[in-house]
Amino acid sequence: MNTEAILKGYEAKEENLLYILHDIQDAAEEHNLTDSELKKVADFLKIPVSRVNGVTGFYSMFSKRSRGKYIIRLCQSPPCYIKGSVNIYKTIKEYLNISENETTEDRLFTLEFSSCLGVCGLAPAVMINDDVYGNLTEKSIIEILNKYQNLEE
Amino acid sequence: MAGVPKLDVLICGGASCISNHSHDIKDTIHEELKKKGIEEDVRVIETGCMGPCELGPVMLVYPDKVFYQRLKPEDIGNIVENHFIKGRPVEEKILVSETTRAIIEKEQEDADFFKKQTKIVLSNCGRIDPENIEEYITENGYAAIGKILTSSNPDEVVETIKKSGLRGRGGGGFPTGRKWEFVKNAENDQKYVVCNADEGDPGAFMDRSVLEGDPHCIIEGMSIAAYAVGANKGYVYIRAEYPLAITRLEHALEQAREYGFLGENIFETGFSFDIEIRIGAGAFVCGEETALISSIEGGRGNPRPRPPFPAISGLWGKPTLLNNVETYANIRHIILNGWEWFSSIGTETSKGTKVFALSGKIKNTGLIEVPMGTTLRELIFDIGGGVPDGKKFKAVQLGGPSGGCVPEEYLDTPIDYETLIELGAMMGSGGVIVMDEDTCMVNTARFFLDFTKSESCGKCVPCRVGLVKLYDMLDKIVKGNGELEDLDKLESLCYSVKKTSLCGLGQTAPNPVLSTLKYFKNEYLEHIQDHTCRAKVCADLVTYTIIPEACRSCGICAKNCPVDCITGSKGVPYVINQDVCISCGTCYDVCPFDSIIKE
Repeated sequence: MNTEAILKGYEAKEENLLYILHDIQDAAEEHNLTDSELKKVADFLKIPVSRVNGVTGFYSMFSKRSRGKYIIRLCQSPPCYIKGSVNIYKTIKEYLNISENETTEDRLFTLEFSSCLGVCGLAPAVMINDDVYGNLTEKSIIEILNKYQNLEE
Repeated sequence: MAGVPKLDVLICGGASCISNHSHDIKDTIHEELKKKGIEEDVRVIETGCMGPCELGPVMLVYPDKVFYQRLKPEDIGNIVENHFIKGRPVEEKILVSETTRAIIEKEQEDADFFKKQTKIVLSNCGRIDPENIEEYITENGYAAIGKILTSSNPDEVVETIKKSGLRGRGGGGFPTGRKWEFVKNAENDQKYVVCNADEGDPGAFMDRSVLEGDPHCIIEGMSIAAYAVGANKGYVYIRAEYPLAITRLEHALEQAREYGFLGENIFETGFSFDIEIRIGAGAFVCGEETALISSIEGGRGNPRPRPPFPAISGLWGKPTLLNNVETYANIRHIILNGWEWFSSIGTETSKGTKVFALSGKIKNTGLIEVPMGTTLRELIFDIGGGVPDGKKFKAVQLGGPSGGCVPEEYLDTPIDYETLIELGAMMGSGGVIVMDEDTCMVNTARFFLDFTKSESCGKCVPCRVGLVKLYDMLDKIVKGNGELEDLDKLESLCYSVKKTSLCGLGQTAPNPVLSTLKYFKNEYLEHIQDHTCRAKVCADLVTYTIIPEACRSCGICAKNCPVDCITGSKGVPYVINQDVCISCGTCYDVCPFDSIIKE
């Protein structure tokens, strides 16, 4: 869905801004918000572009950088840390050859850190797009990544 | 007999079990039932979180009360054949631990385990289908709102909540009834009721579980609040990290509207109320009430000074009642059972129950609900099963990044709002993170500061700059460069940040530092004076050495070393060049003969 169609679904009220930004970002091929889209949103809501930019920059889930098809959000909260999320980070980093906020060359994965995913009983955990995976080990995270890679073949 | 199921199969559909593929289990059950032609005999229900997340995916079969754990799709054929058809439960998939026994014996009040747990907030979680409003109605759902709309005036409702002694479950513990009274007394023709479901505290996941497992109880709690304070519009602010909770609540809202529990002229009493969902986008500070309000309005989640409090000037400047998910979940029970019942549970100052999320180095992770006044020891050892792998308990972290670490000698303290603050921790939202001897307390303090410094919104100087300075000092100590005088500086800066920050984030962020300084000062001193880390966590203070006698010269360590600092050859033990070593621990992890020591 393009931005115009998304905007049509909302009343032109500033309180809808976060919803609109989520929708545009989800629909974007590169899962990001570009300046031209933000300008359209600002015009639609009749607010300055700077305010839309300010909101975009404030929330960690919005990104102006282009991102891969699957966004890996590695939980950074203490229960995951205590259960060894650092090793999971290391494994992903080595396996996909990307660091925090980077995207693989094939544009498949982007690695990000996330605040608590709320599945602390299964720490360490990641969320890949909307799916959560817990009780990760260095082996299981690679299997999970393989599953996504195989979907593409 | 067709049409009347003989068995109810409850499959946990909490986020934890779903991530362990509980949907595959459900699909397989449906397939197997179809294959055997017994679809009509077995009713399969997806519920919310049952509690013991580490055993997932879990499934409870009624009326036999058989609790299956760690299920795999390939187990299902056997269970359907032997249990569902022949009536012989499959023993090897049943785990009889304290936790599971408790769930099986839910109805038996004399079960030991249940003397310690009292389920009010979680009473429906894991027992009803959260996507079916009729199951909620069967459990007396929407009876409380019906009762007050037909027989009480708003003053009486506020009075009931005040007398019950209920206090805010989101952290601070402000008396709920008094908050309601402020909003009720605020004069304005437009008021709002808001539910704070921005559960950002790491280690806390009860709000997620309640929204996923029993969303209607939040709708009902908010409706009662709206009637009491005179609001006609409500918002639930949920963090975007909880997509399942958002979907379930959206569905519940639609059903409630269909059944006439939300909308115009509810029960033809003239009372109108509706709820909208607002979602966050990843900002911890939005859990703070004034920041949350800015975020609902569509802006940056910046907090603002109080007063004026939201009760007087909140959303769009109108009087706004803000309560947490767990607080709202208590309301209908207080209305139905009376304030006397509620206030009979708990301690002098803290009434009712509290839901705790157990995580970290503890055997039974998951959600539990206990009366206020239960001791930390009961929570961690009796219910949580203690620390696994024979390790020694070191500390428990309560209240997330705003809370503190409590050592073993205070474990017998009964938990309520006041005692936890005296200990330097706080109730917070109820995250309980257990740490064992392998956890370094200085490193833990640094970890929390790393979190809060990056979550600071940057509006006020003490929080924006102070937290970075605190982090830098801790980082210096963790790296072995600390000096003794740093400890005094650290402490005094903690108090400055606490006293001068604008909102709750900055005012509480130094707590993990202060509590570890108070109870684990020896660990700070060891890092500074002896350059050692007893938990062997701080990489700069740990050295790895190969024991020549134990080395079999396989060379795996050298092959894996990222900085190529290990040398040796066949027949000659390998050696680590300490000048180049970065203490990453890779060699230690890969050595197949455990010939490397860490000290």
